[in-house]
Amino acid sequence: MAPPPDRRRPIKRAAISDQQRRREVALRLQADRRSDAQNRARQLASSVLSLGPEPATEPEVEPEQEMSEASGQLAGRSDLDPVRAARLRGPEVRKWFARQLMLPEWMVDVPPSLDRDWYVFTRPSGKRCFVVSSNGTTISRLRNGSILHRFPSNLPNGARTKDVSGPASSYSILDCIFHEPDETYYVIDMVCWRGYSLYDCTAEFRFFWLNSKLSETGASDSPSQYHRYRFNVVQIYECNLAGLQASYSGQVPYVKDGLLFFNKHAHYQAGNTPLALVWKDNVCSQYVLDTDSKGQIPPQQQVVLELQNDGNLTTSDDPPVALGSLSRDLIAQSGLRVGNLVRVAIKDERMRLVDGKLDLGELQLVGKANHSRAFADTYSKVLFQHAARHAPLRIEDLVASIQSNSSMDNSQALDVEMEG
Amino acid sequence: MALEVTQVLLYAQSIDAATRNHAEESLKQIQEQNLPAFLLSLSAELANNNKPIESRKLAGLILKNALDAKELHRKNDLAQRWLSLDLATKTQIKTSLLQTFSSPVSDARSTAAQVIAKVAGIELPHNQWPELIGSLLSNIHQVETHVKQATLETLGYVCEEVDPQVVDQEQVNRILTAVVQGMNATETSSDVRLAATRALYNALGFAQANFTNDMERDYIMRVVCEATQSSDVKIRQAAFECLVAISSTYYEKLAPYMQDIFNITSKAVREDEEPVALQAIEFWSSICDEEIDILDDYRSEYTGDSDVPCFYFIKQALPALVPMLLETLLKQEEDQDQDEGAWNIAMAGGTCLGLVARTVGDEIVPLVMPFIEENISKPDWRGREAATYAFGSILDGPSPGKLAPIVNVALNFMLAALSRDPNNHVKDTTAWTLGRIFEFLHGAAVETSVITQENCQQILTVLLQSMKDVPNVAEKACGALYFLAQGYEDEGSVSPLTPFFQDIFQMLLFVTHREDATESNLRTSAYEALNEVVRCSNDETAPIVMQLIPVIMLELHQTVEAQKLTSDERDKQNDLQGLLCGCLQVIIQKMGSIEGSKYAFMQYADQIMDLLLKVFASRNATVHEEAMLAIGALAYTAGPNFAKYMPQFYQYLEMGLQNFEEYQICAITVGVVGDLCRALEDKILPYCDGIMTQLLKNLSSNQLHRSVKPPIFSCFGDIALAIGENFEKYLVYAMPMLQSAAELSAHAVSQDDEMLEYTNQLRNGILEAYSGILQGFKSSPKTQALVPYAAHVLQFIDTMYGGREMDDAVMKSALGVLGDLADTLGSHVGPLISQSSSSKDLIEECMVYDDPLIRESAEWAKLAINRAVSAFASIPCCVWSGLGSHHQPYQVLTSPSLNDPTNKQQGHLNANIVSAYASCWLSLINIRNKWSGSVISKWSLLIALRHLKVLLFWVVPCFFALFHIGSTGIVVVSLLFVYFV
Repeated sequence: MAPPPDRRRPIKRAAISDQQRRREVALRLQADRRSDAQNRARQLASSVLSLGPEPATEPEVEPEQEMSEASGQLAGRSDLDPVRAARLRGPEVRKWFARQLMLPEWMVDVPPSLDRDWYVFTRPSGKRCFVVSSNGTTISRLRNGSILHRFPSNLPNGARTKDVSGPASSYSILDCIFHEPDETYYVIDMVCWRGYSLYDCTAEFRFFWLNSKLSETGASDSPSQYHRYRFNVVQIYECNLAGLQASYSGQVPYVKDGLLFFNKHAHYQAGNTPLALVWKDNVCSQYVLDTDSKGQIPPQQQVVLELQNDGNLTTSDDPPVALGSLSRDLIAQSGLRVGNLVRVAIKDERMRLVDGKLDLGELQLVGKANHSRAFADTYSKVLFQHAARHAPLRIEDLVASIQSNSSMDNSQALDVEMEG
Repeated sequence: MALEVTQVLLYAQSIDAATRNHAEESLKQIQEQNLPAFLLSLSAELANNNKPIESRKLAGLILKNALDAKELHRKNDLAQRWLSLDLATKTQIKTSLLQTFSSPVSDARSTAAQVIAKVAGIELPHNQWPELIGSLLSNIHQVETHVKQATLETLGYVCEEVDPQVVDQEQVNRILTAVVQGMNATETSSDVRLAATRALYNALGFAQANFTNDMERDYIMRVVCEATQSSDVKIRQAAFECLVAISSTYYEKLAPYMQDIFNITSKAVREDEEPVALQAIEFWSSICDEEIDILDDYRSEYTGDSDVPCFYFIKQALPALVPMLLETLLKQEEDQDQDEGAWNIAMAGGTCLGLVARTVGDEIVPLVMPFIEENISKPDWRGREAATYAFGSILDGPSPGKLAPIVNVALNFMLAALSRDPNNHVKDTTAWTLGRIFEFLHGAAVETSVITQENCQQILTVLLQSMKDVPNVAEKACGALYFLAQGYEDEGSVSPLTPFFQDIFQMLLFVTHREDATESNLRTSAYEALNEVVRCSNDETAPIVMQLIPVIMLELHQTVEAQKLTSDERDKQNDLQGLLCGCLQVIIQKMGSIEGSKYAFMQYADQIMDLLLKVFASRNATVHEEAMLAIGALAYTAGPNFAKYMPQFYQYLEMGLQNFEEYQICAITVGVVGDLCRALEDKILPYCDGIMTQLLKNLSSNQLHRSVKPPIFSCFGDIALAIGENFEKYLVYAMPMLQSAAELSAHAVSQDDEMLEYTNQLRNGILEAYSGILQGFKSSPKTQALVPYAAHVLQFIDTMYGGREMDDAVMKSALGVLGDLADTLGSHVGPLISQSSSSKDLIEECMVYDDPLIRESAEWAKLAINRAVSAFASIPCCVWSGLGSHHQPYQVLTSPSLNDPTNKQQGHLNANIVSAYASCWLSLINIRNKWSGSVISKWSLLIALRHLKVLLFWVVPCFFALFHIGSTGIVVVSLLFVYFV
């Protein structure tokens, strides 16, 4: 009986030995783990929200020191990732998330080169929130950090279904507005995608990424068992005349609440930024003027400010801007504590600029702000609300600004015909 | 001296060991003292007809070994040594060799033919000895028969030895003419005809051009087919071997001859002697191989096509081919199942039938079923065995939908046969067929498995019972259990095997202890089945697997303690140790991957490690490899805790890395270094000097098998990722190594698929090294140390992209490296990457790739590069925004319009004036994210100017100066700034 030729395996003999298989499995596992290790390195450290050291359990803090302590801790923890941040407890988790959103300033003046450097889109009316998908669930958190929904979605790792790509722990973060009437999340920005941070990317790139990636996942599909809410992108325009016109008066499937302007070159930036601006008038928003705690528009402008140690009332800007103060007696009398958000009314015509700073003059205490408020008003909001009551920035001003830009551009190219 | 040599050569073949050793020693000495003289005397010995044939043959053999070796590096050394000999010596040796052709002793001629081929193999590629073929062929028609035979034999060996490119077409034509004429039926000497037929076998690779010429091809094919009808069985066998070689080399040229070849082969299969019949069957198996490859290419989602079209020869021959093969199945030999190396007509026929089934799929089923039905219940065991064998052979190929109904009917019959058939051959084949059923018609990939919760228990009962049968049947039963378990590997907690785990383990352990467990590979099969059952364990069955650990450890302990073994016992001991280490490896992997059992498992870690370290005392390569793999698995499971074993383990790690001879061990050890890096992270640092030294040595060695080199590069990446910036001190050694390897592999011209695959492995290793190093240095202050290498890395990727030969793995790694470059070096390489157009093209191309992993890597690269580029653009702003916290500019800008709300027009005018004013000292205004809108336009201007690196060097000093000068100096400095911009 001659042995079989080298290249021919008798059919009854096993194709590969288990030893060979063990070797191959070991090699495959090594390759997989290498690529996992690389992916982890790529994702974690590249994110602005990289993993910091595990927070130690802090001792109980004295009530009066609470505010300063808490803000100190928060500063140290700004480098947590959202997954770990979600393990923080109570107010901390809310503060953490509250500080991750990019907050547009109110447009009190038209930035130059609006048509060249800015995008514009119609802001959906609804609840601004951060949507984080990771480990098979999707969680949306409001501006104050509290959870709005916990649900399965088609976002990457957003539901417990088999996802072929990437580790289940990699997270995606979207900046959204939840629009109640059609139960849809309108995505206005993309912060993190499959673990890769977009914080350091320009708005131009983020919007490109948002538009191309979101549709790939099926997140815009109609709701289903493993996809509770639909995610839609909003139509983003170049801020030229046509774009401004379209976003101002065009048809959108949602209730409008003003216009948002994004500077194309700006990175995503947690907190207030003048590189994103919000503007409204009565045509494109039902909520131009602030309402008081009862939902009525008060006769006098009211602002929400934070009470400081020295009795000053400050905005939520970083650093805070003091707009007035309360006397110690009044503070004691009304049982206010440092860090409380208070609602005050501005006595008209008392606003003025002192040494380059806005002074609201004598403030009339209305009371403590609504419990769900996490922040005082910003400086720009106070200004915008004031202007809205007296001399609003009108759509015509925006149009004029764009027109003057383009006519300036033209004047360089050809002689302007004088007509007047 | 000549006399002396003869004597020594004869002594070297003495039965007396002392004499033999002494003679071998003397030969070695002579060789070392004077190589040319030694070689000359050997060739003279071989050529001398007065010398005894024994010394002549050995002289030729030593001569041959002085010219060629198996290991590539030694082969090259020997070739260089020959080439550097003086011309006179070489000429004289060659003359002696050619003279030997006229020797009446055929062994001497044959030996000389082989030596000549070795010399030709060295010299022809260097354009030396160009007259060889000419001189061999010059008088082929005049010479005596035995010289002609030797000449043809030499031509065959030369063709085997030399690359076809080395011989020009004119010489090829002369060789083929001589060879084919020698094969012709008109040749009267069967020695010559046989030599010519065997020579053609080797010369076929040279005949590309001749096979495209119809007339020449017809002639060659006719002569080969005629030779299959020779009266000499050796010539017939050699001629069929030629047909087999032609079927794979010139498949696409075969169509006109297939009818004749079918007639020839089927006659040979039915009537000829076994060696000839086996080759005739092999012809059809070889055709199947070709068509399976082509059809695979057709189905491949990437290419969807094949270079060679499918002629569907098998499909056309099917109605006649299948009956012919089925007939062979009845020609079993009595003891074939007990003999591992057995190969006969029945086995070849079944193997071919299996290949035919894979080629044509469903169509084979109706052709085979009547045969099965007719024979499955025959009183003669041959009928029953052949029927079962036929069934088992066709289970891979046809669709499960076609087979499942038949299998459902057959299953009970098979189980009964396995328990009750009186014949061991029938039981053997039945158990094997059951294994095939489980392999192809059961498991997560099959839509409706033929195995159900209900019949699973019955199957297990029968299989476990059969494990007590004779060794060959028990071995097949273990194999069947292996595939049954494999089908449940992805099943999770619903596996119907769960209730039987205990019974299965008990039986398999019983089998490993059988007295006759070393027969028929039974013990190995039992452990393999055990491993597979462990692999399909789950949360529920993990505790039972855990109980297995002390049992396996005890067995391993016993093998380690065993002493004073005979060499036969030692071999068996080694086999067993290898199996036990393999089993531990599988258990470690599995228990480490089940969250609930990991902790309990770790309690055994100390003992397991202790045992594995003792196992390294064995000198057996397989055992080392298995122990190393088990340790790699343990390291991954133990994580940083593995550090405590490192002091003892390190010496074995180093030993493994130094093992060049058994390069598989070296390769496995390199892989384990990777496991250790991921487990220990920076705790591996103390051992890195030693490891890196060894790895660098390995890379520069030409003795280490090349396949180990790509993993070594990947291992650099693993180390760098683990120890981060501590890798800095190795950069000066590792980077040049990587760069020169990159250079070589980027420009490598890949003649064949094997070389191309190796080149891509090498590239992948290099890229993984770069990725690891770059990621390891991320966020480190020492990142700067990598900047000088960035250009080269980019150039490497550019060159590969230009070459268009990257496979998917390389593409993915290259994208990763592009991202890593940008991610780690950020603004330092942003412009460099934006300038590299091929990286941009590569990324864009891959963004729309089918493979999601590649797409994802492309996304990563795009993102990271985008960040790097925009980080570069925004550096000035970052510098400013980090300093100071003034609010005034914003208020200055906005206040006028508010100050005087009644005069809005005026307000806006004022605002514009202020903003114009403001924009001229923009460097002041950007303060901690408080950029007013009016600053932005200036900022975008900066972006447009981002390639002006000089900007960076001005902004910073300007700004610091500004702070010190105070507000009075503001205007001056900012004007300076604007000037420089």
